[in-house]
Amino acid sequence: MSRVVLLTLLSYWQRRPFQLFTLVVGLALATALWSGVQAINAEARKSYAQAAEILGGYSVLKDKTNAPIAEATFVKLRRSGWLVSPVIEGLIPADRARVRLLGVDPFTMPQISTAADAISKTGISDFLGANGTILAAPVTAERLTDYANRIQIVEGMVPGTVLVDLSAAKHLLQSTGYTRLTLLPDQPLQRPELADIAPSLDLHAPETAADLSRLTDSFHLNLTAFGLLSFVVGLFIVNGAVGLAFEQRRQTFRTLRTIGVAANRLIVILIAELLLIALLAGVLGILLGYGIAAALLPDVAATLRGLYGASVEGALTLSPTWWLSGFVIAVVGTGLAAATSLFKVAKLSPLATGQPRAWERASATTMRAQFVAALACLAVAGAVWGLGSGLVAGFILLGGLLLGAALLLPTLLSAALNLAQKRASGPVSEWFWADTQHQLPSLSLAMMALLLALSANIGVGTMVGSFRLTFTGYLDQRLASELYVSLEDEADIPAFLAFVEPRVDAVLPIWRTEGDVLGAPAEIFGVVDHPTYRQNWPLLQALPDVWDGLAIGQGALVNEQLARRENLAVGDELPMPGGLKTYVAGIYSDYGNPLGQVILPIAVLTENYVDTDRHDFGLRLADGALDAVRTALVEDFGLPPDNMVDQASLKAFSLSIFERTFAVTGALNILTLGIAGVAILTSLLTLAAMRLPQVAPVWAIGVPRRMLSRIELARALILATLTFVLAVPVGLALAWVLLAVINVEAFGWRLPMQVFPFDIIRLFLLSLLAAGLAALWPARRLSVRPPADLIRVFTHER
Amino acid sequence: MLLAVQNLTKRFDDVTVFADISLSLMAREAVALTGESGSGKSTLLHVIAGLEPADGGDVIVDGQKIEDLNDGGRATLRRDHIGIVFQQFNLIPSLTVAQNLSFQARLSGRTAIETRPLAETLGIAGQLEKYPEQLSGGEQQRVAIGRAVANGPKLVLADEPTGNLDEDTSDLVFDLLLSMARESGAGLLVVTHSQRLAERADRRLHLSHGRLSG
Amino acid sequence: MNVKSAAFAFMLLLFAGPGFPQGFAGLGESAEGYALPDPDTRFSFPEDHGPHADFRIEWWYLTATLSGPDGTEYGVQWTLFRNALTPGGQPEDQVWMGHAAVSSPEGHFYAQRLARGGLGTAGVRDAPFEAFIDEWQMRGPNQNNIDLFAQGTDFAYYLQLEAGKEVTPQGANGYSVKSAAGLASHYYSQPHYQVEGKLTLPDGTIDVTGQGWLDREWSSQPLTSTQSGWDWISLHFDSGDKLMGYRLRDGDAGNYTVGTWVSADGAVAPLAPGDLTMTPTASTEVADRDIPTTWHLSLPARSLEIDVAALYPDSWMPTFVPYWEGPVRVSGSHTGRGYLEMTGYE
Repeated sequence: MSRVVLLTLLSYWQRRPFQLFTLVVGLALATALWSGVQAINAEARKSYAQAAEILGGYSVLKDKTNAPIAEATFVKLRRSGWLVSPVIEGLIPADRARVRLLGVDPFTMPQISTAADAISKTGISDFLGANGTILAAPVTAERLTDYANRIQIVEGMVPGTVLVDLSAAKHLLQSTGYTRLTLLPDQPLQRPELADIAPSLDLHAPETAADLSRLTDSFHLNLTAFGLLSFVVGLFIVNGAVGLAFEQRRQTFRTLRTIGVAANRLIVILIAELLLIALLAGVLGILLGYGIAAALLPDVAATLRGLYGASVEGALTLSPTWWLSGFVIAVVGTGLAAATSLFKVAKLSPLATGQPRAWERASATTMRAQFVAALACLAVAGAVWGLGSGLVAGFILLGGLLLGAALLLPTLLSAALNLAQKRASGPVSEWFWADTQHQLPSLSLAMMALLLALSANIGVGTMVGSFRLTFTGYLDQRLASELYVSLEDEADIPAFLAFVEPRVDAVLPIWRTEGDVLGAPAEIFGVVDHPTYRQNWPLLQALPDVWDGLAIGQGALVNEQLARRENLAVGDELPMPGGLKTYVAGIYSDYGNPLGQVILPIAVLTENYVDTDRHDFGLRLADGALDAVRTALVEDFGLPPDNMVDQASLKAFSLSIFERTFAVTGALNILTLGIAGVAILTSLLTLAAMRLPQVAPVWAIGVPRRMLSRIELARALILATLTFVLAVPVGLALAWVLLAVINVEAFGWRLPMQVFPFDIIRLFLLSLLAAGLAALWPARRLSVRPPADLIRVFTHER
Repeated sequence: MLLAVQNLTKRFDDVTVFADISLSLMAREAVALTGESGSGKSTLLHVIAGLEPADGGDVIVDGQKIEDLNDGGRATLRRDHIGIVFQQFNLIPSLTVAQNLSFQARLSGRTAIETRPLAETLGIAGQLEKYPEQLSGGEQQRVAIGRAVANGPKLVLADEPTGNLDEDTSDLVFDLLLSMARESGAGLLVVTHSQRLAERADRRLHLSHGRLSG
Repeated sequence: MNVKSAAFAFMLLLFAGPGFPQGFAGLGESAEGYALPDPDTRFSFPEDHGPHADFRIEWWYLTATLSGPDGTEYGVQWTLFRNALTPGGQPEDQVWMGHAAVSSPEGHFYAQRLARGGLGTAGVRDAPFEAFIDEWQMRGPNQNNIDLFAQGTDFAYYLQLEAGKEVTPQGANGYSVKSAAGLASHYYSQPHYQVEGKLTLPDGTIDVTGQGWLDREWSSQPLTSTQSGWDWISLHFDSGDKLMGYRLRDGDAGNYTVGTWVSADGAVAPLAPGDLTMTPTASTEVADRDIPTTWHLSLPARSLEIDVAALYPDSWMPTFVPYWEGPVRVSGSHTGRGYLEMTGYE
């Protein structure tokens, strides 16, 4: 019997393929974005885990001040019975972004590790020594063209990390000691206390994926938030579609109940039907999600590399867990969206008159509850903002703000409509406002979805826009030289200077080294005294005579992220690697850089760091001299053309990285808005069927269908407008949180917020278009509705 | 002549509901139209109201031929000159009783409508600020009658106005309809399946097998 | 003769890449670029206690047969191998490997260490004598008075060794021929150590005493490419005499068995190939292979007919290159104790 009933119920969808389509699409979209984002995150986490566990995932010893560990300390530990293995870690240049280089000692390293496997796969004899092989995954090897002759490709190596012998690492990174010592899991019976043998070191828990992903947490949270937002918005669609299908089948349900199908059985069959649809949509959603993830992964990888130096490479892999979670989310989503409808069916009495209810007067209670919940959300957001700090607090603030605003929407819309109703003159407008007011409970979910999508859009748009504007301005300041030159050999420097000095306005060395500053890797640059810096350098805070100080070799500049991370203020002491002591003379903005950066007077740099890289120079040129200088350098000085880049190209390149970074955000943004549009459409379609009893009397009394249909369209536009009006402040608040809270926590820089009215207006028109398009079809259907349909309201029971 | 129906024919697909029907109605006259279930009496009323098109013949309301009007014109005719009472769902759910009573009148351009005396006559004076769903079925029909006559229509059409009511309430509502229509000076055509109620009208017509008989 | 050992771990590890190693554990590899053993070379001490970096492989190999206060018998092994990655003798081109083990009724305990040269975590100095890898060490004012320490996760030992007699050159004045084809090594032993000290095992610390035997050997290509392994014994007879013997197994050329008789007074008498015969008589399944754990040895010139039986057949070293190394008991025409080493049993 259940089968017969199920077939009866399913026949409904056969007659209404479009409704089935919206249901499946809504569910598939919800599943797709969520599981796509999950796939991306899982892929990234897998990369982090691989990277963290390349040496087996054991505890490590590190210097308490993060200084390099002397060879002698390592020997002392080994000779006292501490089984530790040295590791030298650093970054080497590669195409697109730097690559993590790991120098290991194959003789003492943990034998059960990805690294040991990689070495034993390729044979150790070529691996050992200062000129030994560099082991790299195929994707990473492609990026290391400079080392092509030394690369040994190893399938299964961690992407973005290369493995070399300890002595090769020492050579490649010019390191003066070990970065850390891996503590082997099995230690011998007798060992002295660490404090007695190496008091400068302390023990650290194994590095885990969590440590590596800490940096990138903000980004993944971001993606997850978008995924969740899309999921919620998708559920609105499903809720609409299921509601419609159930509403239209009330008669069928009642008949089934009357002829003896028990309520429980009916519910079970309906659940089976929904499950069937959920699974179908789940498959589609997962496939779609895979597509989205695969399409976005390169951009995600670029973002992670560009912003955090974290490496995620390789193709997307699909685990069974991921498939399963996709189905679960589809089924759970359907369940959530259909719960109210199922509940109604459960309560349906076979004798019920079946009064159609497009809206419920009980909605006043609901709205009050929503209002209270909204206030609670905003209060939590406010409290977290006031008390908490950190990324999670930032996201709670964001979530509270968005959810609070969404829950507040019905109350605010209702107030606005009440006001309009009071001011309305004329029966039609009075009816219009009253009717809109009464429709609000049914439409408010879709409107909340629209609000979320719009606020997110405004917020993220403002954030990206502010960032872009700031970044462009910052590039103009930072990239002041007209031409950037990289010499082949440091021995060419005197000849180069003699060659260019008569041809250019100024030669600005861009000399640099790397080292641990206050416990984390940092770039250290040198600067000469030149007006270019005095005029252009983007200083946020500085001592009054900062440049004069630097000119006589005093003080240092640090970038904003280093200052924020270490709580440095102007005037603070700044211990540098190698025992150099200086002080913070200024703090400058340095957007898009994952690392801390210090700028020293150039003489201080070269005196203290003999391994300074001196290949690069910036050239200040007179207007129009660019081509001549470039040609002279190639033809007369013999510099390869690839060793030069002009300011415009460099800017374009930097901006392209920036755009790529936010491509993902942009794509998710648009998808979310699109889904909100579909949510409005399904809500309106659902309502259109249920609303005939409201419209029919108005028509019978003497309002033509065309006018009614125009009114329906106007209603959608007005609601969208009102929602947009609320979305603007919410979106701007969101942008502020992103710029002033999330960015600071995630990246270490704070950006000035700029508002882009034109973008907001464009979004407003876009949302009107979305709402209008969504309302057009139901409105059109009303205008051509056969009068018989309307009359039936008065004569037949539904 | 307030209403003249001449040689009216209506078909649904291949089925002829009625053919070649003629009738007329004078001001202040109350005519009851009876017939079996499915005889087409409601359809006849809907065609007369301009809610459904005819397949032949003419309906002339107050000298205006309905067939000559487009959808908008018919809507205007209904709005200004016809009051309609259906079996159910007559009222606009989102408006209060008072707003429902005055809705049609205001729609046709009258600014001030005294709803209170009207409500007192209808016996629903205490319900003016309520919404339709808060009223009983009989009360809802009283409001519908009130709205139908409030605009001073020339013609009141009622389609089974007591179809959903119990016998006692039906009597009250039907009498109210008759008295209110007469008082407002309008002609009344009321469709009912109740012979008992039909007898209270001035004149009775019976529709059977697509034919009208006096 | 612990030819075997040199190779072990790193050898396999080092040369596993490009091709299959020649002979057991790569000991049959070509010696091009390295110094070669010379029959005319005479030992010079203390220099020869130290490393010979121009040779490819070298080891310091100590075994001891010990007894506890209750008469329980133990065996102890302490080994340091040096292996050059490339000729030239540079410290950073050396790889060091340490093996340590204790054979006991409680079980076989072992540990292994590796170190790259040039850092200071492993090495050897001739005088005062010191050989070490990590915290393991063999050191003393000279090689006749040494302290020995090694430990693993579940055992440790600390022994003091004293020898009253000079070292024993093996082969012809220390030139030890390994095959009929003439490949050889420089090889001497110190079989005269008296040992006392402590063993720490999971059940506690035990005072022990006994006898020790140190082998020193260096070479560049000691095995032919067809020799697949060897069986080696070092025996302390109750009479005070000592016997060292080894049998090199070669599928093509047959076995090559030689040895040295050391009288109680320290007199050394090399045995010619074929004087000594070593015959396995029974085997035990250890680590999924059949290992001959009892042997019959025959040396007619000394009227020697003995059975040599492993005390603890589980004395298996599951190191990078696995082998069997453990104490034995001698019965028959002569009685005593000693050490047995067997390699190349697949």
